[in-house]
Amino acid sequence: MDESKPRITKAVPRERAFYFFTSIGNYTGKSAASLEEFLEKIKEVSAKSLEFHFYRGDFEKWFIEVLQDEELAEEFKKLYTLNLFGETLRDQLCHVVSVHLKRLTEI
Amino acid sequence: MDVEKLIIKEEKVQRLRIRGNNTFNLDSIDLKILEALQEDARQTYTTMGKRLGIAHSTVYDRIKKMENYGIIKKYMALIDCEKAGAKHIIAIMTIYTDPKESEKVAEKLCACTQVLEVYTSLSEELQIIAKVVAESQESLHEFIANSIAPLPGVLRIRTSIVTKKFKENQPIIINNYRNLTVAKENGDKGNKV
Repeated sequence: MDESKPRITKAVPRERAFYFFTSIGNYTGKSAASLEEFLEKIKEVSAKSLEFHFYRGDFEKWFIEVLQDEELAEEFKKLYTLNLFGETLRDQLCHVVSVHLKRLTEI
Repeated sequence: MDVEKLIIKEEKVQRLRIRGNNTFNLDSIDLKILEALQEDARQTYTTMGKRLGIAHSTVYDRIKKMENYGIIKKYMALIDCEKAGAKHIIAIMTIYTDPKESEKVAEKLCACTQVLEVYTSLSEELQIIAKVVAESQESLHEFIANSIAPLPGVLRIRTSIVTKKFKENQPIIINNYRNLTVAKENGDKGNKV
């Protein structure tokens, strides 16, 4: 683990990673153990998986409980009102995470 | 002969058999006893003996032998959970695994109380099939996401939630008893029956 990185951008142990599902119990085989990896994976996984987790609040829960990143969780919450689905949702999530990540790494 | 002597005699016989030969063939009487037990495991040796036309002591001897060899694993009640008021869901999980890790994944699954049955299957890829019980869909998802998906070697998981049960029974033993050989083992691993 790289000590020079801010806490939020560090990798977490594999058992605390985010595991992408498409529905209850259906695991895609993709997981992310850091915010950087999370950004990579949300570009790859199916839109169905993004919709499943986004509207269950799984992403926010992971940001808060594992990454301890309340700010990003708040950014995601703001997207709820836009009622996004499919590739539009993916684009928005990628945009929010990449802007946030850029800001964090510049600190 | 009283029961105590009979048990001692049986134990001696078992020890000799186990020392001399690790396997034995089930004959038609053993199979009939197993079938009778699968229908009703609480019937007496006498009732079973009368039905099968053999002495109750023969029934006793055969059952003890099969218990000692692990052919009869245990006696348990088949409970109708709906009538018992237990609210839960059952799901069938198909776990695609890296072949190098599949044994370990199966062992981990066996150690989970939520997992009722675990099997391996080979079609295009190596799969582990497991029957799981959970309180709700949410707890099922939590269990799979937190305990199964992170296991090394798990490639992906498909889960089907059971919506209606049409039949549930213990498998009836096959009748081709001539080909049926069972090895004496302590665990549950791979009895080829």
